[in-house]
Amino acid sequence: MAGGPGGGETIMVAQEPHAHAAPQGFIRKYIFSLDHKVIGLQYYFLALTAVFVGMFLSLLMRIHLVWPAAVLPLLGEIKPETYLTLVTMHGTIMVFFVLTTAPQGGFGNYFLPIQIGAPDMAFPVLNMLSFWTTFLAYLVMLAAFFVVGGAPLHGWTGYAPLSALQSAGPGEGLGADLWITSIAIFCIASLMGALNFITTTLDMRARGMSMMRMPLTCWSWFVTAILGLLAFGVLLSAGVLLLMDRNLGTSFYLPLGTINGQLTGHKGGSPLLWQHLFWFFGHPEVYIAILPGMGVASQVLSTFSRKPIFGYKAMVYAMLGIGLLGFMVWGHHMFMSGMSPYTAFAFSIMTMAIGVPSAIKTFNWLGTLWRGRIQFASPMLFAIGFVSLFVSGGLSGPFLAQPTLDIPLHDTAFVPAHFHLIMGVAAIFGIFAATYYWFPKMFGRMMNETLGRIHFFFTLIGTYCIFMPMHYLGLAGQPRRYSQLTELAYLHPLIPLNRFITYAAIVTVTAQLVFLYNLLCSMFKGPKASDNPWHATTLEWTTATPPPHDNFGGHTPVVYHGPYEYSVPGAPQDYVMQNDPATVAAH
Amino acid sequence: METFTPTIPAQAPSTFRGGRGDPPQVASGGDDGRSDAGPPDFGTRLRRARLALAVALTPIVMLFVSFTSAYIVRQGLPTLDANSNQLVRDWLPIPLPTQLFLLNTLVLLLSSVTLEFARRQLGRQAALAPVKGIPGVSLGTERRIPWLAVTITLGLMFLAGQWMAWQALADRGFFVATAPSSSFVYLMTGCHALHLFGGIMALLVAGAASVLHRSLDSRRIIVDVTTWYWHFMALLWIYILALLEFAH
Amino acid sequence: MGLVLLCVIWLITIASTYFFVAKTWWLPAGASAATAVIDHQFAITFVFMGIIFVAAQLALGLFVWKFRDRGSASPAGYSHGNIRLEVIWTVLTAVLFVGLNLAGSQIWAAERFRPADEGATRVEVTGMQFAWYFRYPGPDGKFGLTKAELEDPSAGGEAALGLNPADPASKDDVVTGTMVVPVDRQVEVILRAHDVIHSFFVPSMRFKQDAVPGLAIHMHFTPTQTGDFEIACAELCGLGHYKMHGMLKVVSREEFDKWLAAREAEKQ
Repeated sequence: MAGGPGGGETIMVAQEPHAHAAPQGFIRKYIFSLDHKVIGLQYYFLALTAVFVGMFLSLLMRIHLVWPAAVLPLLGEIKPETYLTLVTMHGTIMVFFVLTTAPQGGFGNYFLPIQIGAPDMAFPVLNMLSFWTTFLAYLVMLAAFFVVGGAPLHGWTGYAPLSALQSAGPGEGLGADLWITSIAIFCIASLMGALNFITTTLDMRARGMSMMRMPLTCWSWFVTAILGLLAFGVLLSAGVLLLMDRNLGTSFYLPLGTINGQLTGHKGGSPLLWQHLFWFFGHPEVYIAILPGMGVASQVLSTFSRKPIFGYKAMVYAMLGIGLLGFMVWGHHMFMSGMSPYTAFAFSIMTMAIGVPSAIKTFNWLGTLWRGRIQFASPMLFAIGFVSLFVSGGLSGPFLAQPTLDIPLHDTAFVPAHFHLIMGVAAIFGIFAATYYWFPKMFGRMMNETLGRIHFFFTLIGTYCIFMPMHYLGLAGQPRRYSQLTELAYLHPLIPLNRFITYAAIVTVTAQLVFLYNLLCSMFKGPKASDNPWHATTLEWTTATPPPHDNFGGHTPVVYHGPYEYSVPGAPQDYVMQNDPATVAAH
Repeated sequence: METFTPTIPAQAPSTFRGGRGDPPQVASGGDDGRSDAGPPDFGTRLRRARLALAVALTPIVMLFVSFTSAYIVRQGLPTLDANSNQLVRDWLPIPLPTQLFLLNTLVLLLSSVTLEFARRQLGRQAALAPVKGIPGVSLGTERRIPWLAVTITLGLMFLAGQWMAWQALADRGFFVATAPSSSFVYLMTGCHALHLFGGIMALLVAGAASVLHRSLDSRRIIVDVTTWYWHFMALLWIYILALLEFAH
Repeated sequence: MGLVLLCVIWLITIASTYFFVAKTWWLPAGASAATAVIDHQFAITFVFMGIIFVAAQLALGLFVWKFRDRGSASPAGYSHGNIRLEVIWTVLTAVLFVGLNLAGSQIWAAERFRPADEGATRVEVTGMQFAWYFRYPGPDGKFGLTKAELEDPSAGGEAALGLNPADPASKDDVVTGTMVVPVDRQVEVILRAHDVIHSFFVPSMRFKQDAVPGLAIHMHFTPTQTGDFEIACAELCGLGHYKMHGMLKVVSREEFDKWLAAREAEKQ
């Protein structure tokens, strides 16, 4: 009897029932659920609201930048300090509540246990708490908009003394305290999540699911959780010191100084200390944002090329390498900071080194496509887009990594060009690819392909139109975080290109409504999906759609193959599921 | 041009086996310990909880590593003194209430010992439980020292002692913002106290679990994990004290 | 669909590359001694990264079209990878990336490891919300002491910097809102800030350095052309960050000497 879609159940070993029974009642099923699948969806929808808030803020930013005198309906005129508030909150909300939430908390929570053959995460109660703590952090962050003085204006990077002195600007009072508190709460929530991910991956894999047979998505969530485990404690420490400087009169970050002619009352502290602590967290954070997207890209490229991923082991080692090196490069954000130039040189070498595992992954993605039988379902379009965007965003890195070239480029538009292509687009494409790919499994229905294609092309072309020109602006010397470009003569000629970017941004953000419409309508009205519509090999496609409460209906899968056995010569179909004992393959 | 290693051909279709397949060829594999029927057994749950604790201790270590590096760097940090246009170092070591700290250390170490007794006591209870179930067997009335309650008391005594130490510092004029050295003393001892308080909460939960007749297995796991956490807190305290006393 | 993807990816690649190669928007004309070497390092990096960019994107576009599922019976090429290829491209990438960095390291060393020359024009640059002030040491060659308590930005000039009148060395210090320096002589800047971090950025000089409160950072550059060059603040410093700008005027030696002498005379 050969394996095939839906044939998985008959070959699974019957095992014991799930440790806790399915919950009853609306509150326990949907609000305080302990089921990792519900929690995953909660994270996902939190991130979905956050991304629309973040996009809205960025639209306001772009409009003000090119039309500073514009008076917007309902919002009125945007003042320079308001602009900076938009910059700060856009960055903070996107980095924390979208990029650190949807890929890991959303898809990781939903699919890690299923892909490794477990009935749930190791600690379901902790999982539930980690979501609600994240939600609390989100509320505290949004509250900053509504307090006296408004939200802070110090950028998502929150450099001291600007973030440490209450009188440094509007919003630096209560708004900044709420911002720091929200981030501290978020740290705790992330650490709780990381604990669950690591314990589950190490201790709850099904029989036959060795580490080297895990799908690359599971590896990406695992490495991401380790990065978070090591990094968020340091961010928490930085935040504690900042709160103390702001409110208890300490001088960790604050040297002797005056502001507006008044002594600040502090002395002896070091603004660079904040930068070191923040970026020790901040650099691993950007790898936290991109690694799950890399995992999804590998998964989707393999599925729709009908080929195993090229160089599975190299992909695993590359992820581990990126994770490890990611902790050794934080100083590349500080080349101009006043840090010792010798230290800067050391950091720059490490930074160039981290380009190597990233390049390996890119070569391997191309190698996966080579000689494939590529099918262009929506998830695949976004995975292909991911590779293109990762190449584009990644290659501007070696410019910034060289301190010599960082002299003209630091704190210019070149930097947001680089990190938006990687984090703001490639990572988002990873989320889109995951959404289109796993939507049938999560909701039992198919998303609309035509709308998916429209969404893809508008977003790919639109985001390139937004962020590729930013490189040119950075080369021309346009500094970051300027609320308008009217004061410096050499910036005036750059305004037309900025307008082009703003138009592109308006179109691209509007195109996301197509996705939203597709998502919400398909959830209720999409055509019903089979258990394995993509003919994929990993364990989530062996379960019912949507999966039952304990994921496998009382049976625990036994795994016989690696995760990407597509087009195995001699096999009856062009895919061999991981739990299929009937087909013999090389891995 | 053939650029890839030749694939290992699967065997001819005639070797496809119908029905149930062989167990996985690769020996290494996950096994969540549910080879017998029923939810995870005690051994698995304990192992999983201990793994979780090891993982959870990592960010706590990172927090204090972060504070330590800030502490050491700050000690040596020169800052511009505009009055002299020179870079000066302004670190002022403060006199610590060392005797009080040492006394508190003793209390904490003692509490580690008593908690270890509590953990083993529960272990003995678990070992004897099947024996007690045999009708007609009596082990006599045991006088059981409530090691758990003793530990909680000692823990609270430690916290009270820390509070007294902070009072002593304040009496000498050293508050949180007085000098960078005093800031760090309050910061590190305060964060440690906060984490220890969390440990006390866990012990209270363990105590409540016994009153609420939760299973012996569950209580053993909570107490086991909290015990290791508690020992870690003791080691962390010794580290902090040594850092404050000796690293100038 | 494969063809559409190829076209879109190739078009984006070609369009992006065109604007880089055509230098439609580019680094401003450089006017310092470091310009040639920095721009050269830029050029090498551009060439290498550009080749990789074009090759990777074109390959991606090509592969998704060439290896599309044509519905025929031929299966995909089953392969788990190729160790030899992995090693080759890993080593090549490492050599290229690290090599690029090392090639540029001499420039970094020259700009940052070595202190300023003996005869450099010394200017102290102070940033505060939201203005730059420039101070020259005067005939005694010494910068006078400043006192934080005396800083009063509303009074401009010496008062904004908090010059300490008790220090005799401060009496002859010249404080201006415009930075004037002679051409073809190294300029030593001593960067300070009063309140928050600012950054002194002169694109035409290929020069940037953060001004950090609590530090006095010594850096140098050498202007090689006369003219007026805008100074931008390149570190977010508050609501006036966008309008915190200054002007660097590079003049001939004679003009500089005359200008400085006139300002020093005012202090007598």
